[in-house]
This record gives sequence, structure tokens and C-alpha cells, in this order.
Amino acid sequence: MSETGKPISRIDGRMKVSGKATYAAEFNQPNMAYAFPVRATIAKGKISSIEDATARKEPGVIAVISYKNAYKLKPLDMQAQMKAGAAFLGENLPPLQDNLVHYPGQFVAVIVAETYEQARAAAYKLQVKYIADKAAVDLKTELPRSTKPKMFMGEEAQVNEGKAAGVLAASAQKVDHTYSTPVEHHHPMEPHATVAVWEGTDKLTLYDATQGVGLTSAIAAYFFGLHQENVRVVAPFVGGGFGSKGLWLHTLLVAIAAKAANRPVKLALTRQMMQTNVGHRAATIQRVAMGTDKAGQLNVLRHHTDTYNNLTQFFEPSGKQTLVLYKAPLREVTYNVAHLDRSTPTFMRAPGETPGTFALECAMDEMAYQLKMDPVEFRIKNHTAKDPVKGHEFSSEFLVECYRTGAERFGWASRSMEPRQKKHGKYLVGYGMATATYPGGRSAASVKVVMNDKGNVTVMTASIDIGTGTYTVLAQTAADALGVPVEKIDVKIGDSSLPPAPLAGGSQTTASIHPAALDACILLRKELASLAIADPGSKLNGSKPEDIGFARGTLFVKGNEDKSDTYLNILNRAKRNEIEACATTLPVSGAGLTVPSALCTPSQTPPEQNSDIKQYAFHSFGAQFAEVWVDEDFGTIRVKRVASVHDVGRIMNEKTARSQIIGGVIFGIGAALMEATEYDKRWGNPVTRTLADYHVPVHLDVPPIDVHFIGKPDPHISPIGARGIGEIGITGVSAAIANAVFNATGKRLRDLPLTPEKFLET
Amino acid sequence: MRPFKYSNASGPAAAIKAVTANPTARYLGGGTNLVDLMKEDVMRPSELIEVTRLKFSAIEKKANGLSIGGTATNAVTANHGLVRENYPLLSMAILAGASAQIRNMATNAGNLNQRTRCTYFYDVNMPCNKREPGTGCGALHGINKNHAILGWSEKCVATYPSDMAVALAALNAVVHVEGANGAKRSIPFAEFHRLPGNHPEIDNNLKHGEFITSIELPPNHLADKSYYLKIRERSSYAFALVSVAAALEINGNKIKDVRIALGGVAHKPWRATIAEQLLMGKEATEANFKAAALAELKNAKPLGQNKYKVGLAAKAIVRALEGAMQGGTYGAMEAGSTTTNQN
Repeated sequence: MSETGKPISRIDGRMKVSGKATYAAEFNQPNMAYAFPVRATIAKGKISSIEDATARKEPGVIAVISYKNAYKLKPLDMQAQMKAGAAFLGENLPPLQDNLVHYPGQFVAVIVAETYEQARAAAYKLQVKYIADKAAVDLKTELPRSTKPKMFMGEEAQVNEGKAAGVLAASAQKVDHTYSTPVEHHHPMEPHATVAVWEGTDKLTLYDATQGVGLTSAIAAYFFGLHQENVRVVAPFVGGGFGSKGLWLHTLLVAIAAKAANRPVKLALTRQMMQTNVGHRAATIQRVAMGTDKAGQLNVLRHHTDTYNNLTQFFEPSGKQTLVLYKAPLREVTYNVAHLDRSTPTFMRAPGETPGTFALECAMDEMAYQLKMDPVEFRIKNHTAKDPVKGHEFSSEFLVECYRTGAERFGWASRSMEPRQKKHGKYLVGYGMATATYPGGRSAASVKVVMNDKGNVTVMTASIDIGTGTYTVLAQTAADALGVPVEKIDVKIGDSSLPPAPLAGGSQTTASIHPAALDACILLRKELASLAIADPGSKLNGSKPEDIGFARGTLFVKGNEDKSDTYLNILNRAKRNEIEACATTLPVSGAGLTVPSALCTPSQTPPEQNSDIKQYAFHSFGAQFAEVWVDEDFGTIRVKRVASVHDVGRIMNEKTARSQIIGGVIFGIGAALMEATEYDKRWGNPVTRTLADYHVPVHLDVPPIDVHFIGKPDPHISPIGARGIGEIGITGVSAAIANAVFNATGKRLRDLPLTPEKFLET
Repeated sequence: MRPFKYSNASGPAAAIKAVTANPTARYLGGGTNLVDLMKEDVMRPSELIEVTRLKFSAIEKKANGLSIGGTATNAVTANHGLVRENYPLLSMAILAGASAQIRNMATNAGNLNQRTRCTYFYDVNMPCNKREPGTGCGALHGINKNHAILGWSEKCVATYPSDMAVALAALNAVVHVEGANGAKRSIPFAEFHRLPGNHPEIDNNLKHGEFITSIELPPNHLADKSYYLKIRERSSYAFALVSVAAALEINGNKIKDVRIALGGVAHKPWRATIAEQLLMGKEATEANFKAAALAELKNAKPLGQNKYKVGLAAKAIVRALEGAMQGGTYGAMEAGSTTTNQN
């Protein structure tokens, strides 16, 4: 029976719960010192003076490093960085290279001391004086000075600008509303941490809480002027990332500190630093308009986003889903991006779709109500079976099935169109739904498989398990591809010296590395088969390679299974301790990565098995259903249950996949009801500073979540048929909840999060 | 954090002597607030005297009511049979606060001594008269959704965070303290915490070195009709937007005794004396509850971002009184889990 798809428990679960899984901050080194950064207390300006004599005299202090004495890194040079695969810094600001301040909380110095507390105490004694400039701290104030970016991540940013107005005006029915979403922070359980170890001046090892060992290695190598193979980045376990664990400045900062101290140095960020130094999801103000004919067929969709950036070109792409969903003949998607002197926005779980589906899917609900149509039927009526902008067929698409299955499982039929019809004691009860979607990305990846003469298999790739289940599903794929039990498979990931894999982001890990793992296993079997075929001592001697099948650690001639030979016997007779194969798979026209040929040679996967974005549009889809109970006196909203149905291709492990969706839905409940970072408009600093202020759902906020997968393999993404699943679970959730609040109370709340204060003041 | 001297007190007298002798020394209970404040560099004690092992943790019946030890943990107090039976309001309030882990560490004395959670207070780069007198109040014209609507001053608009203290205010608790050389005194709860006035840096009327040995709960006839309602945007582990401790004694169909205290609205637990006076001798009807609640909130002065709290507090008073009338058993009102969850 196939291992793939089985709901097996995480193979690394026991290590995690018994404390044996080692996270970045736990890689203690002999003679290790500790770093504590000092952060800017102004939003914009420059450092006028640094008085460090007092700090230097504090007990245990080894070094006090600022722009005055920091190691000079290679300067920013986008072309050179692109060439070196070192372009995607969280923010384009190599640390401590000049005296300029670009946002409150920016690292302006770092103290190295014998202990963490000594470093922290000395940091309080460092006196940094500033000359403050007028800072841009409020989105609405800065919008008049915003710009219209031409491109976003290689795609046109402004689509059909100005074209929707006429069609909208002529539409029989229209809605046009403004929705807004706040700054959100990732706050993975594991704070960011790095241990930097130099060997001489040209070899660096970083134990880093990162979503991409390859990326971190390339960027560190670039800025320190090292060969990439001399910068080893190790991250066997990462306690969540959600987009915040790309390359942020602390990783370079601790390497600078270790160089200055000439010792291994550890730096672990505080929660407060995680509010300012590792990115966030930018606030958005989104205006969504749509028009339909009398029968409720969409004529036009318009989605405009106002947002901001700082220190990178990244901005929150909240119009993304509006380019994918619904069969409207015209759609206009535009952005205005202001500049704020606020810590740099970045990718956060379903960047774009999380705030974007809130706006679009609430507007869809408003239109359905205006049309007196059931929101599910309104969506099905406007369903599109192909990419509505590029015109490509979807590689595999079962969205209508998601709607129907979700409605059935949730009991949607008992919802009344009119609000305020359902009560439970003091509570008004409402149902809401929304569409979920996220792109099905895939990148190049390399995987190496080694089998030893005990029959143990090691699968190796420089991928990362950020808590998603990468270890486990890789073992399942290899077990099936080799015909050995999962228990025989050891997975080694999270090390840049392994064959390269993409960043664990963009929901692409499974789609990218499993085809390579499959190919590597096929190559390994072929190698075993050719050993056996050539071996007079084997029953397979002289057989044709194409006739050879495999199962349970054995090769056999198909149709004549007595003619067989075990992997172990083949290896033993060949006097081989182990046998290995490595494969690189590349999507025909999708994202690629530079594969150092020394690590792995590209394999020749037939092109038709690969993900061809010129022929197909790759997207995952789903439907979110939520029931809320609202206490109108207090404005408190509780989610009582959720049904979440997804079409994400093949399910690699029913259990870890389900956990991904549950995690996404919980994240969505947080976004809907409580998560927000607020900034003081006078100084630009975050007033939401810790997890005491930045609320995420507690157990009691998380209702039963009914997760269901359509489970049909995507025939075009890869021979495996699985698209990624890390992000789609959050999309649509906040809209489903807000729509349910309307159904319960008749109030439309269009500004997230839906707090008691907003409910009571609406 | 900054270096400090730590010792474990050998006995109460030694502890009190040590803290009294050093103006920057502090008692260390569970440390659930103080240690955070030290990490943030908000509080910088030069010396900590741990008191959790001192024998002030008894919860026992005394002639004038129930005595609750200053070093008893919040968890033990909330779950103690005598407390649950005679002062369920206190159990409910404690269990509505923090998390199980924090309640296991936090002491009763420490609960009363905890500082505001105003984030301007916590951020040493921000102005805050409570942290650094004379620097101004960052919250007054800043982010103040969670701040006071009653009793604040231009110097400080912070709220007092404790749930336990709201119930203690309603229960007319008395705080017993001991100072240097065995000097003992009792502070009625209403006089324990302070409004900010011109000195928000002073949270309460304890003198330096005074140690809370016990909290006394006078007998009452409120146990059957008491209720603690806490409103917050998530179901647990959050400070109150508004909370209400309500308790009633009914004689015939008239209110013989009523206690109402509010949390999350002022610099101290806000005893709603205006509402209480209006209700005494009246019938326990929704209309009377409402009139009393509105009268109490008439003096509310919301800040820029917390107007919602005024109406919310009024509605919460009514609901809490209704909850108390319905028997106030745990979670009776809470099918939608808006408040206390029992663990």
C-alpha cells in the first residue's frame, strides 16, 4: 500500500516534543559570546554621536560595535547581488554601515559580552544621540505622495488602469466599498536567532532560524565577500516562519559581531525586536467595486490598493486574487504605494491574498445580498474555468466542488438570506463564506538519495521544515519510490551544503522537492537494476531494464516475480557500502534556481511532466465557511465553527496537510478578530510591542474546524501531482467571518480586525 | 537586564528589614510582572528579596472573615474551597485573569502590586509620567483605546490591570501589611490603590518596605448572587476592555446589599458607588440596573479612542448584575464564551 497520503505522524515529532530537535539558538559553541542589539529611537534622521565609554566598561563587555567601527560589508549592488543569488534581503540595509536611520527600531549598534544579560545591560548604557528628520509615519497622510509601481515580482502591477469606470457606471447592479486591513506581524513561536562561527577569515558557519539556508548562505557570502560554499547555513529545525524568516539584518549583524569578537557569537531577538526588525504585513486600504447585469453576471471587477513600502520594492499585493477569480470580462487591478519610515514590510502567510480576499470576498457578499442571491450560487454563477487574465486553462481546478462540498458539510442550506434571523440566548448567530485561493508555485530543486548496505535510506536536500511536515512527507515519497518502509528513511534537510532547494515560502516546497526526490529514487533503482542485470549471481542477470519492477526492497521481473533480487543482496554482491543518486528537476518555464553542478546534475525529466506556466495557470482553490456568535451589547464576536474545503492537488499526508489548513484558519481568525499592530502617529513607533499587546487566538477562540480535501492530483504540476498547501488555509477566512457577522447582525464591518470597539462604533 | 542583588529571605522580619534598608530594593513574589519590567528596563531594582517561601500563604477562617495569605498563589486562592464557597466572585475574577501558568506563579500580594500594562509605560523611549515623572503622558493623545474613562488626570490615563483586585474592591477587602520593626496596619481596599492625580508614579498607598501579609475578606451574604464579567476581544489571556464584579443580597424583592466594581476603566478598581446607592432598597429589575449603570457612567470622560468603553461599561454593569441574579455560577452566562472559563 502506498505510504503517500497516509496520515502518519511526523517522523520528527518525537524529537520535537522530547527537546532533542535543535533550533538555531541551541547550537551553543565553545567559547561563545552573546550579542544584544541597540535599536534606533527615532523614525528618520541620523546618528549625531555615540558615547560608548560607559558601555565598554560594563562587566563582561567584549565589543561595542556601531557604524563607526563595524566591518565594512560589500555595498548594495542589485545586479551583482542578483547574479550571486543574493538579492532578496528582507530590507536593503546592510547593518551598521552608515549613520542613517530609516525607521524606529533599526539596529544602530550591537554589544557583545560574555553573557546575554551582560550584553543586554550594557546595551542600556550605550548613549546614542540623533538628529531627527521629519518622518513619514502615517499611510493616509503620505498617500498624496505615493507612486504607482510598474512591476511586482516580475508581473505587471497596474492592470487595465482606468478602464473599469465606464463599464461600472453602465452596470445594472454595482457595489463600491473601501476595506482596510492593519499591520500584522508573523510572530512565529521560535524567535529569530543566529549563532555565527568564523573559521579564520574566509569560512563562516551560521546556525540560523531561516526559511532558506541557500538564500542566507548566498547573501552572507556576498556581503562578506566569501565563496558561497564557504558559508554554511544550518537550520535543521525552524519553529515557524510565515514569511518572516528570510534574510534579516540580525544574521549579518551577528556575523559582524563574531568577526569583531573573534569568537562564536549568539544573537536571539526579543519579541519587541520581532515587532520592528523582521518584517510585517503592511496595512492596506482597498477599494473594491464590481458591476453585474440584472441576472448577477459580473461585467467588471475593480480592485485598488493603497499601501506602503520601505527599503525594498516589496508591497502588499492584495489585488492578486482579483486577477484569478470569477468570470468578469474586464478587471482593473491597481496599486498606489507610499513610502513610510516604518520597519520594512515583507511577505507574510499568503501575501496579497490574505488582505485581498478580505476585500474582494466581502464585496462579493455585499453584491450577492444586493442581488438577493445566495453567496455560494453567486460565486458559482461567476465561476471561471480558466485564468481570466492570461486565458490559460487551470492545470487542475475543482473550485465548484469545494463550494458544494463545503456548503453540504457546513449545513449552509439552513442560512437565511436576511440578517438577524438566528439567535442563541444573548447571541446573534450568522453564517458566512468566502473563496480561498493561492498560486500553485513550483521551483527547481535537487534531491540526493543514498541507500546503504543495511537498507537504510537517506534523503537529502537543502530544504527547510518550518513546522510544515517536510521531513515526514519526503520520507513518504521516498518510501513509495523505493519500495521500502518509511521507518527505513532518514531525511536530512536544513543545511546549505546539501543539494539546493527553494526557500520554504510561497507554498512551493512540496511541489518543488518531491519531483526531484522521485527522480532521484528512480535513478537509484535504475542503478540497482543495472548492477543486478550485469551480475551473473543475480536472478535478474540479463533482464531488460524496462521489465524490472520493485516492491518491498526487492527488484523483480514484472509478470515473473520469482525472478527477483533484494536491494541488499545486490549491494552486497557488488561490494558496495552504499549507492546514491541525485536529481534536479526544473519546471519548464517556472522559477528556477542556480544549481551548483558539483552538488547535483540536472536529470532529464520529460518536459511534459513539468509545470509549464505558458500552457497552464497553476492555482489552488478552496471555500471557507464560518459560523459566528455575536454579543451585540459588547461587540464581542466568537467563531463557533469553520468548514474549510480545498482543492490543492494530491494530498501527501492527510494529517500534516490538515494541520496546515487548521493553522491557516486559526491565523485567519486572528486576522479577522484581533491581530493588529498600531503605531503612534507622532513618533512612528509601534505601540503594540509584545505578545501581550499583539493578540493571536487562544485555544478558546479556536472552534472545531472541519477540513476537507478534494484530493485530485494535479496532472500538470509534476508527476507527483501535489501543489503547496502552506498558505491557502488563511485566505478567505477573515471575509467568511466578516460576512457571517453581517448575516448575524446586519452590520458591515470593513476594517480589520473586527474588535468590540469597531463593532460598537459602527 | 541590569545586575541586581538577589536573596531568599530567611524570615519575614529579615525580608522587611532588608527592603526597608534599601530604597531601591523590591520584594520578589512570582515575578510574573516585575521580571518583565526589569527585562524591559522599566524597573531597575538594585536588590530583590524573594518572599515566596515565607509563611504567608495560609487561607483560613478568622473571626472577622476569611484571611488570604499574601504569598498564596492566585491559582491556589481561586481554587480554594473556602473561597469558592463563600467568595465565588473572587474565584471567578482570578480565573478570568492571565493564564493558568501565570496564576500558578503569581502571588496575591504581587497581584495587588502589579503595574499598569500601558504600552507607553513599558517603552522606555516613550514619555510616561508613571515611569519617569515629568516626561508627559504618551497615551493621553496617543493610542488610548484601552485606557481610562474615569478618574484619570492629564498626567496619566493608564488603567489598573488586575481582575482579582476588582473583586476585592467589591468585597470590601482589607489589606494587612507589616512594615519595619513589626509595625502593622490595615488598609481598606478602597484606599489601597490610588487615582493618578499629580503623582501617577505612585500606584498605591503602601510605603516602601511594607509587606502585604494577608488580605481579609469580611463576611457577607453575597455568595449566592455574584458574578464577574470580563469583556475582551479574545476569549482568554487578555486584559479587560471592561470588567465588572457584581454581587447582590436580596431581601424579599428588594436589594439589601449590592456591590459593583469595574476593571479596565480607571487607575484603580472602580467601585461604582453611585450605582450602588441608587440600587439599595430597590427591586432588582433590568430597568433599575440600567438606570444605575447610566448614572455611574455619567461622569465618564472618554479619551480620543475609547468612547466605546462608556456604553460598554454601562451594558456590562447590567449584564453582570443579571448574571449575579441568575446565581452567578461559573460560565452561566457564557455559552459564547465571552468571559470566565473554568480550568
